[in-house]
Amino acid sequence: MGLDLDPIILSRIQFAFVVTFHIIFPSYTIGLAAWLATLEGMALATGNPVYRRVFDFWLRVFAVSFGMGVVSGIVMAFQFGTNWSAMAEKMGPIQGPLLAYESFTAFLLEASFLGVMLLGRARVPPLLYLFACCMVALGTMASSFWIICNNSWMQVPLGHAIVDGKVIPADWWTITTGPVVRWRWPHMLLGAFLTTAMTVIATGAWYMLRGTHRDEARVMLNWGLALAAILVPVQIGVGHRTGDVVHTHQPVKFAAIEARWTTQQPASEVIIGIPDETAGRNLFALEVPRLGSFIASGTWNSREIGLDSVPEQDRPPVLVPFFGFRIMVGMGLVMLVVSWLGLALRWRGTLETARWFLWSAFLSFPTGFVAVIAGWYTAEVGRQPWIVYGLLRTRDGVTPSLATETAMMSLAIYVTVYLIVFGFGAHYIYRLLRDGPTQSGPGPRVTAGSRPMAFAGSAASAAGGDVKAGE
Amino acid sequence: MEHSTLVLFFAAVVAVAILIYVILDGADLGVGILFGTTRDEHERDQMIAAIAPFWDGNETWLIVVATVLFAAFPAVYAVFLSAFYLPVVLLLVGLIFRGVAFEFRSRSARLRSIWDLGFWLGSAVVAFVQGAAVGAMIQGIPVTGGQYSGGAFAWLAPFPVLCGVGLAIGYALLGASWLVLKSEAALRERAYRLVPWLAGAMVVLLAIASGATLGIADRIASQLAGRLWGLVFPLAGVLAVAGILIGVRRRRDGWPFAMTAVFFLMAFLTLAVLFWPYMIPYALTITDTAAPEASLSFLFWGTIVILPVVLAYTIAVYWIFRGKLRRSYS
Ligand code: HDD
Ligand code: HEM
Ligand code: HEM
Repeated sequence: MGLDLDPIILSRIQFAFVVTFHIIFPSYTIGLAAWLATLEGMALATGNPVYRRVFDFWLRVFAVSFGMGVVSGIVMAFQFGTNWSAMAEKMGPIQGPLLAYESFTAFLLEASFLGVMLLGRARVPPLLYLFACCMVALGTMASSFWIICNNSWMQVPLGHAIVDGKVIPADWWTITTGPVVRWRWPHMLLGAFLTTAMTVIATGAWYMLRGTHRDEARVMLNWGLALAAILVPVQIGVGHRTGDVVHTHQPVKFAAIEARWTTQQPASEVIIGIPDETAGRNLFALEVPRLGSFIASGTWNSREIGLDSVPEQDRPPVLVPFFGFRIMVGMGLVMLVVSWLGLALRWRGTLETARWFLWSAFLSFPTGFVAVIAGWYTAEVGRQPWIVYGLLRTRDGVTPSLATETAMMSLAIYVTVYLIVFGFGAHYIYRLLRDGPTQSGPGPRVTAGSRPMAFAGSAASAAGGDVKAGE
Repeated sequence: MEHSTLVLFFAAVVAVAILIYVILDGADLGVGILFGTTRDEHERDQMIAAIAPFWDGNETWLIVVATVLFAAFPAVYAVFLSAFYLPVVLLLVGLIFRGVAFEFRSRSARLRSIWDLGFWLGSAVVAFVQGAAVGAMIQGIPVTGGQYSGGAFAWLAPFPVLCGVGLAIGYALLGASWLVLKSEAALRERAYRLVPWLAGAMVVLLAIASGATLGIADRIASQLAGRLWGLVFPLAGVLAVAGILIGVRRRRDGWPFAMTAVFFLMAFLTLAVLFWPYMIPYALTITDTAAPEASLSFLFWGTIVILPVVLAYTIAVYWIFRGKLRRSYS
């Protein structure tokens, strides 16, 4: 299949584009919400005002990211019908309720507790405020649970029955707590926490390097480093179990991730190389014999299937899963090094003066985002050519009436609008981060309602005067 | 045809959610449309303040409509969104621009006019597209094998365009009467002056559209012939328009909005009489398109717990921000 632009490939590009923008914000807000709840708890428990200042600062960043998450999420909720209507019609009985629960969860959360969190500080007792923060954190996690349920069902359909050619739910318990969700949800949540931890570390390092906001920067560094140092190893373990799930349920995807073209026993592991899809082999490959068997099965001699075990039309592309996986794992290793080195330096009391380390920590700002996106690309491209694995091919899921020109038009519109709107949003978050936790409190306008970004706006302008002085 | 209780329940949920969406977000969008008719910064700020606390929650009803349709009537979700592919893209883009304009316009003096333009144009596009979709539904949506089989531009035929303009004006009327309710002094006066004109324009367009409807779709005429009692709804709609005008004349600030809302309710019920039990008129009924019992019952429990809470919260927000705009609002 060359790159002729048909509605299928255009819809795929559009979905990937829109969801890539979307996931940036949830993976940040899920972690930030938990981080804010922790800070608020610490502020209450210790009475130390620095926690409150750090809280107020990250609350503004949270508000903007949350707003952008909502705007980009709304588009997602309509995509299944506009571009994948054949899938929506067939799989709706299972995917629909899961997504409906997601929107209910988001609605409940946004409606009730977010408003308190953003604007209610002065109006509710401290414990209730802390409670609201915890509910927002729980809400974002619950929201991601439903989404991952849905996606896990598309990856590995379980708990359904096929009656008269129609897919119907047979066992909701399996659909929502099956073996796939059970590992992928924690993997995603940990990914979100790590994404946030790395940006918190980087922000702290940035202020240290500039010599501003030292007390706040110390809190960010300490907490971020400790959290990452604990969570990265956990994530590697959970990631490994996620890999087991793929090995069991999607062996061909596993072969693609490993760039294993032919079935091997014992199987070697391609550490790195360049898969050549047309020739069906790897160029410049660095291979370790028998390691492939060990990673896949824990024994040194297992037989591992290769891509040649299925007909060509059932094979996924190899390049993206292969590199996506390695980029994700690579980012995990970077996080591991940064967090453990940082803790070691802190142990020796030189953390705040080791500029080389602060620079590395600052530059690892995007590692979480990169890992999350790379992980999703691995999972999604590796699922091809199926849209619902083994049940429905991507090409049969697309909207039948969709014409190439129409798909081209919508893609062009989305790209333009997203670049403008999210460009401004990102710029705005950058400004908040650059200005840092300034002295003046947030003092939001009374009437802003529960609008996240307006809150951030008023807070930033209220704090605007101090910016230059701090630098 | 027999419809199971669960199917009727979810049809009712979808209907109520649409109605709430249309009346509440319609007012926000209408204010957005009217925003384009003034250049006065003070008035613009007041307009924004009149809808600021509400628009976000109101918009969420649209997502509820979409996801409940996906869950309970997947075929409707599939046909509707693919039939209105480009309009839906425009709708989403309109919503994005409206949403960020609230935040961005106060952030940048230089780009303010751009975000303001995005705000009212976004609102107008959203309103138009929704009206055009209703128009195209009345005209009939070609469906083959459970999937849309028409072209990408069916919604740009004359009749849907007429409906699109009609709904934009209807939303503007909702918006103007909302402003009457929420504002004072000059803005309130201006809104009062706009209401009769908008109501008049809407009635004229609606009359043309109704005439055209009977012409283009005999199904509509025969459906109506079997349900003549359904004519009480359009008649009540006419009374509601009279109520709007009386409210304006007597300067009763609450009347125009209440009566316009009644008018929308009546229009909605009229459509229901024309369409029932079809969800995609004359192609797919609610039972044809309903998800299996196992899906509906799974969603049922969440729905009966969550929707009442959301409703209560919506009412609470309107209660908290009731009354006229105060100075602190802007
Ligand atoms: C793991 C997390 C995750 C993933 C993979 C996705 N989302 Fe998301 N989404 C969230 C986590 C999230 C969130 C954290 O819950 C958000 C971000 C901000 C918010 O309000 O909720 C959200 C917002 C959000 C909203 C706005 C809800 C509102 O008004 O508050 C919608 C409609 C969607 N999402 C829909 C989707 C769809 C259809 C997705 C997949 C194809 C998707 N999201 C992927
Ligand atoms: C949020 C992070 C996600 C990212 C970064 C992501 C990325 C991608 C990418 C790159 C593709 C294109 C694959 C290809 O065509 O080769 C894709 C396709 C798709 N994904 Fe995801 N995805 C994410 C989450 C989800 C979720 C949560 C769902 C379901 C609820 C989902 C459903 C789909 C569908 C329906 C397609 C289109 C059909 C296809 O090409 O398989 N994705 N996604
Ligand atoms: C370092 C060891 C890691 C291993 C062995 C690992 C393993 C995996 C595997 C096998 C998948 C594909 C799952 C599928 O196809 O369904 C995956 C997906 C993913 N990974 Fe990792 N991962 C690791 C680290 C990370 C890190 C550090 C992050 C983020 C900070 C991350 C975020 C993700 C995400 C967001 C996905 C897509 C969602 C999913 O499919 O569950 N991973 N990971």
